[in-house]
Amino acid sequence: MRVDLYEKVWIALSLLMLLGFLGAISVSVFVHGISLPGAEQRIDPKTVVNEPPFATPGIRETGPGEYEVYLLSMVWSFVPNEIRVPAGARVTFHATSRDVTHGFTIHGTNLNLMLIPGLVATGTATFNKPGEYLFICHEYCGLAHQTMAGKVIVEEKS
Amino acid sequence: MFAREDRLVRWHLLIAFIALAVGGLFGPLQALNRMGISLYPVLGISYYQGLTLHGVLVALVWTTFFICGFLIFVTVRSLNRSLVSLGAAWIAFWVMLVGVVAAGYAILTNQASVLYTFYPPLRAHASFYIGLTLVVVGTWILSAGLFVTYRRWRGQNPGKATPLMAFGVLVTFILWDLATLGVAAEMLFQLIPWSLGWLGGIDALLARTLFWYFGHPLVYFWLLPVYVSWYTMLPKQAGGRLFSDPMARLAFLLLLVFSVPVGLHHQFADPGIGHGWKALHTILTFSVAFPSLLTAFNVIASLEIGGRARGGAGLFGWVVRLPWGEPSFAAQALAMLLFAFGGVGGFINASYNLNLIVHNTAWVPGHLHLTVGSAVTLTFAGVAYWLVPLLTGRQLWHRGLALAQVYLWFFGMALFSFGMHWAGVLGQPRRTDMATAVYRLAEWSVPDLFTGVGGTILLLSLILLVVNVAMTAFFAARGAVVEMPKAEPAGGAEAAPWIFERWSVWLAVTAVLIVIGYGPVLFELVRTTTAGSPPFRVW
Repeated sequence: MRVDLYEKVWIALSLLMLLGFLGAISVSVFVHGISLPGAEQRIDPKTVVNEPPFATPGIRETGPGEYEVYLLSMVWSFVPNEIRVPAGARVTFHATSRDVTHGFTIHGTNLNLMLIPGLVATGTATFNKPGEYLFICHEYCGLAHQTMAGKVIVEEKS
Repeated sequence: MFAREDRLVRWHLLIAFIALAVGGLFGPLQALNRMGISLYPVLGISYYQGLTLHGVLVALVWTTFFICGFLIFVTVRSLNRSLVSLGAAWIAFWVMLVGVVAAGYAILTNQASVLYTFYPPLRAHASFYIGLTLVVVGTWILSAGLFVTYRRWRGQNPGKATPLMAFGVLVTFILWDLATLGVAAEMLFQLIPWSLGWLGGIDALLARTLFWYFGHPLVYFWLLPVYVSWYTMLPKQAGGRLFSDPMARLAFLLLLVFSVPVGLHHQFADPGIGHGWKALHTILTFSVAFPSLLTAFNVIASLEIGGRARGGAGLFGWVVRLPWGEPSFAAQALAMLLFAFGGVGGFINASYNLNLIVHNTAWVPGHLHLTVGSAVTLTFAGVAYWLVPLLTGRQLWHRGLALAQVYLWFFGMALFSFGMHWAGVLGQPRRTDMATAVYRLAEWSVPDLFTGVGGTILLLSLILLVVNVAMTAFFAARGAVVEMPKAEPAGGAEAAPWIFERWSVWLAVTAVLIVIGYGPVLFELVRTTTAGSPPFRVW
């Protein structure tokens, strides 16, 4: 099969571009530590609210400047929907849904999770600048989906 | 010639354009809604019911009916033989139509406001799932008829290369049949029995995974018929020839091989799927971009042949000489231009890391409207401008309005998708009733203006398209003399390698990649499945 010279050049450049993209992604994962949710244990979405830790969702301090949040989503709210941390806090979110599929994203961060009933999604964000960070449900979850939101309030270090 | 098949094609196009007209009208309402103007109280429906209508009618019904009709038309002419069973093809059509009516009933009565991805445990009325399943079953019946027609042709033409048009049709339907196995499994083993109350719970993650096994190759089912037109027809319409016939075949085959095991890039943000599988699907999604890069070179080189034959000189002089005043050509060339930006965005969506920024934001529908809303829909409009006159014997009703429609779509979509991509990067969620959202950030207001204005221009373009097609089909002057454009290869009848005709080899390679990409993932999900979720109706 005859392939035109220009086309060979095009093919080479295309493959180089694709490899370049994959290289850049590898750097972001292995050097900068970008991570996605991974394999998780299944839980029972019908009983998740009765058992710890989601029976008492909320924030707890796990170390200096380190926090974890157990976040429960439901039609059409987050519990808790207001989270206070000091500037510089590194917060690990464990979130799930007690009913339909929801989403969770915090404005101004890279945190972006699907909250699927039967699974706990985990992600981490660091809040350096004081201020209010909006978080919203970004997956359609019914008639009032657009009212499902909350905020992380980052306070000046005292 | 083929009058009996053409009657069936006309019926497919009729349903397709009705779906586009009705479903398309809801699109601009959504664009205005992002600007803060909500017309839904006037209509007495919710944003989400309208959004479900838009998604199902435009993304599923318009595309599927147009594609089935167009590919029947192409197959019989390309192989120069009638369908082996016209009756079976009519049955396929009626099964699909009954399916659309059943699903449409559920949506119109607000019993299925679950959007076109229908993620459980949102539960629609069973007729929604059964109806959509019937649409798929209908396409299976049609594809079986087309495969048998091809086998007959092959039997009588041993050793002959498959005509390129038919080659594209075969790849399209093989791909479709493999892809729909995922959604069929979701429907038959999960959604239908669960919606009828036979199953107490549903595994939401497994259902999503089966959906996206289907959902991403679905976009190649939309795109491949477009490539059939771009490779085998458009070069002729530009006054040129196809630059390389064998490289076109290679692109089709690579699309077949790589297009299924890529769906996990829609689930990067999902818990419950391992990092390694997500990374593998990133690599495979980048691989499936490669045949589209081949297509860009081959089709543009073909257009260059046309532009130079029309007297264009210099590095870019040929571009100016292309028939930009012909609605059918302009539609497809502009569709290509928008698709280039869609491709760039696609790389970002498929990137393991960058996806975090855009997942479930307005960026995603912005991207989808450059692909299915432009590359596909604008190309199909361009095809309709010669196909409808050919099928009805009536002249195109208004050439000037057709041209206006094409350029309005281009500019409207450019504005709309720019606004949506921009708002998405700024974190605005997709498919959300933004006019009544409790959060509306000031930084979204300028992008929303682009979205709303673009959507309004698209409404005008849609009306021009539907009116022109309807007038052409039913009222315009008779006596149209139209032929199907058929591009000859520039290299003459240059033979492609024999392996390109060995379907069993390509099917085997495709199956192996699917098993590698999805086998362990699905096995693990089925192995760990639990009683799952009860149904919810929250709209």
